[in-house]
Amino acid sequence: MEHEAVMEMHHTTTGIPHRKVLIWTFIGSECMLFGSLIAGYLAYRGRSVVGPYPEDLLNIPFITVTTFVLLMSSLAMVLALSAVQRGNRRGSIIWLAATAVLGMIFLGGQYIEFSHFVHEGLGLSRNLFSATFFLLTGTHGAHVTVGVIWLLSLLGMELKGNLGPGKAEIVEVAGLYWHFVDVVWIVLFTVIYLLV
Amino acid sequence: MSHDTYGGGVRSWMTTVDHKRIGIMYFVSAIVFFFVGGLEALLIRLQLGSPENTLISADLYNQLFTMHGTTMVFLAVMPLSSAFFNFLIPLQIGARDVAFPRLNAFSFWIFLFGGLFLNSSFLFGGAPDAGWFGYANLTSTQYSPGIRVDYWVLGLQLLGISSIASALNFIVTIINLRAPGMRFMRMPPFTWMTLLTSFLLILAFPAITVGLVMLMFDRTFGTNFFNPAAGGDVLLWQHLFWIFGHPEVYILILPAFGVISEVIPTFSRKTLFGYPFIIYSGVLIAFLGFGVWAHHMFAVGLGPIANSVFSAGTMLIAIPTGVKIFNWIATMWGGRLRMDTPLYFAIGFIAMFIIGGLSGIMHASPPTDLQQTDTYFIVAHFHYVLFGGTVFALFAGMYYWIPKVTGRLLHEGLGKLHFWLMFVSFNLTFFPMHFLGMNGMPRRTFTYLPGLGFDLMNLVSTAGSLLLGASMLVFVWNLVRSFRRGSPAGRNPWNAATLEWSLPSPPPHYNFRTIPEVGGRDPLWRPGGAEVDPEDPTAPEPVMPSPSGWPMLLALGPVIAATGALLSSLLVVFVGVAVVVVSVYGWAFQPLER
Amino acid sequence: MSQTQSHGHSEPHTSNKTYVLVAAVLAMVTAVEVMVFYLEALRPVIVPILVVLSAAKFSLVAAFFMHLKYDGRLLRSLFAGPLFVAIAIILAMMALYGAFAVGAA
Repeated sequence: MEHEAVMEMHHTTTGIPHRKVLIWTFIGSECMLFGSLIAGYLAYRGRSVVGPYPEDLLNIPFITVTTFVLLMSSLAMVLALSAVQRGNRRGSIIWLAATAVLGMIFLGGQYIEFSHFVHEGLGLSRNLFSATFFLLTGTHGAHVTVGVIWLLSLLGMELKGNLGPGKAEIVEVAGLYWHFVDVVWIVLFTVIYLLV
Repeated sequence: MSHDTYGGGVRSWMTTVDHKRIGIMYFVSAIVFFFVGGLEALLIRLQLGSPENTLISADLYNQLFTMHGTTMVFLAVMPLSSAFFNFLIPLQIGARDVAFPRLNAFSFWIFLFGGLFLNSSFLFGGAPDAGWFGYANLTSTQYSPGIRVDYWVLGLQLLGISSIASALNFIVTIINLRAPGMRFMRMPPFTWMTLLTSFLLILAFPAITVGLVMLMFDRTFGTNFFNPAAGGDVLLWQHLFWIFGHPEVYILILPAFGVISEVIPTFSRKTLFGYPFIIYSGVLIAFLGFGVWAHHMFAVGLGPIANSVFSAGTMLIAIPTGVKIFNWIATMWGGRLRMDTPLYFAIGFIAMFIIGGLSGIMHASPPTDLQQTDTYFIVAHFHYVLFGGTVFALFAGMYYWIPKVTGRLLHEGLGKLHFWLMFVSFNLTFFPMHFLGMNGMPRRTFTYLPGLGFDLMNLVSTAGSLLLGASMLVFVWNLVRSFRRGSPAGRNPWNAATLEWSLPSPPPHYNFRTIPEVGGRDPLWRPGGAEVDPEDPTAPEPVMPSPSGWPMLLALGPVIAATGALLSSLLVVFVGVAVVVVSVYGWAFQPLER
Repeated sequence: MSQTQSHGHSEPHTSNKTYVLVAAVLAMVTAVEVMVFYLEALRPVIVPILVVLSAAKFSLVAAFFMHLKYDGRLLRSLFAGPLFVAIAIILAMMALYGAFAVGAA
């Protein structure tokens, strides 16, 4: 810390880049967002006065597959980051694309699930299960969507040759966000589907 | 001098990313909203001045008390604290700006637009009228048709974005931009309280965000979150609101604690007594603040176990709060007191806050609370902590730091006149409310019958409130006078100890030409501390971030989208989203320095 | 505080082999979770088992994929603090809504 750069803005007290501290702080805030949603979901569990009820509709084998897809997208994400850090352009293009595609498959699964529910008579305003379920999983889906757009933007930068080891930090930050969204799903999978 | 390198004109303010200019904009906006909220309060008091008064209708009364609360909390006191955070934090930690200067500008603009959005409701069919707490199912489409409550829901969401963005920024700034040697336990207490407030903000706001989304779904898409007929529970709203709302109380008071912890040592010529205790009490208050929300709900019947747990938690908070008060008094004890205006307000703060704190402990006990809830006793209590506490402290901070902002001192005589007027009229306004509450006068009711024993106290309170309004004019006059012909402040008019006082007043746009090394707490009071000289002319002038229009444009997007939601126009919502997308990319690919 | 990271540069935290191994474990734990769900014999203890298993997955992702195992204490506390508050509030809300009442499912 003895030498001082002209622009102190890029030098940090802790040695950790600003953006990384920012994303972790933001993730802390997101814990409370999903925490409040989960609290609401659990408070209303079993209180719907009309059907369909969760046990009538939830399709465990189907959601297990999409859960697996999202888990694997996290693997693709760390491999993408590792490729960017090592300056392996081909690897980073492949893995960034793979992460985004796996994310899109997950979203497609959510679309199929939602339309199936609506088809079975569980519209958003049907009962308390529908309201809390769609709000909770919908908020998660919105986060996945933002993540996919973010990843595709990074992929675009890499394709134009604007992403290299020097910019690995922004990939790392996107990755932290992506993994957090994955971690939230790990909780939701258990809370909503397995502990039905 | 290098002070004026911003360029001038409105455009330079609209595109500024400088934390000091953003702080000034927060200050001006907050003061304007403070006067709007104050005017609403005066109308309320005029209506209540005599029994069966017909000055304003019940409908307007509901709008006024809703907007008074909402404005004072979200548009006056929080942004006023934000003004202090913005102006002071980089200066206090020895940094040239915040960690994300453009995000900082964004936070300000979306706050301003959100505040204007909320207040524009007065022009279009009436302001929100369901209370600042918006209890379900008063807010349902059945009991609140029309768009008033929608204004409130959307306005609060916009302000939430502002608060979270700003809090994230200050957490990163304080963690990551401290000058060499400034360890956490060497940070000025105001910086510490800012850090804690920021954590409260990022953790408390998500709860109300979720509650507001549920409410919006109920109103727009016909869901039944808060509809008991379909199994919904109106108390879920109260839980979510107060999981946010109680930490929010500490969001309002912790910055005040920070200000007091700076003012009292400076004007006692003594280092802060028990610094670690002050800091750790703050941490404890912030942490316990998340475990006491249901004390706002004792009257709803949660049952004896829940009530006891939340009551015990609430009483526990009195301990760290008491620790702080004893530390402030011990700091003054044996100090060489310099009786300038900031210290007047600081001492006023301690006295008023103790009164408010004591009545708070009273209704921490559920049986007592059941007698007091929804009466004027509660109104008296929270005005003693929020006005007698926070607002007194913020005025102490203004008298203390405005010379740093403008380079000119405020007038001491006018300052003391302001203090005494405010102190007397504040007590005249709010102390009688204790009695009114004890006698059973309910809150949120636009009038009362004669002969219930409420008449005299209400008249006294109304007279006090008019005087309170007048005391604010003294402050404004002092401010204007100081701009025109205040005496120059110099670098350190109070001989204070923290880094901001080592800089010229006002500080140059890059703050520190060379970043100082910090050897301990109270750097300017340490041996050789006065030699901290950031204006070393041999050092190169630092390159600062360039102005940017993207933050303001990005802030416009959500406001357009909210307007679209209000008008039920999907097209306008999409325009708002498009503005967001374009600005995000424009921002992301615009380099910070050009 | 961690000083391991050089300024502004993001470097690989561990080998790709570790990542693949972690992903394999995650997939396996998920399979076990679903198995537990279908085993009638485990019904009475399904809640503690699934809570432990999903907490294990959660920790694996946080520790390896999010590098908390390698990053400093500061980032760990930035995550753990809010997470603690969030979990405490969820549990308190569950208690308030009778999830732990005697005889509750």
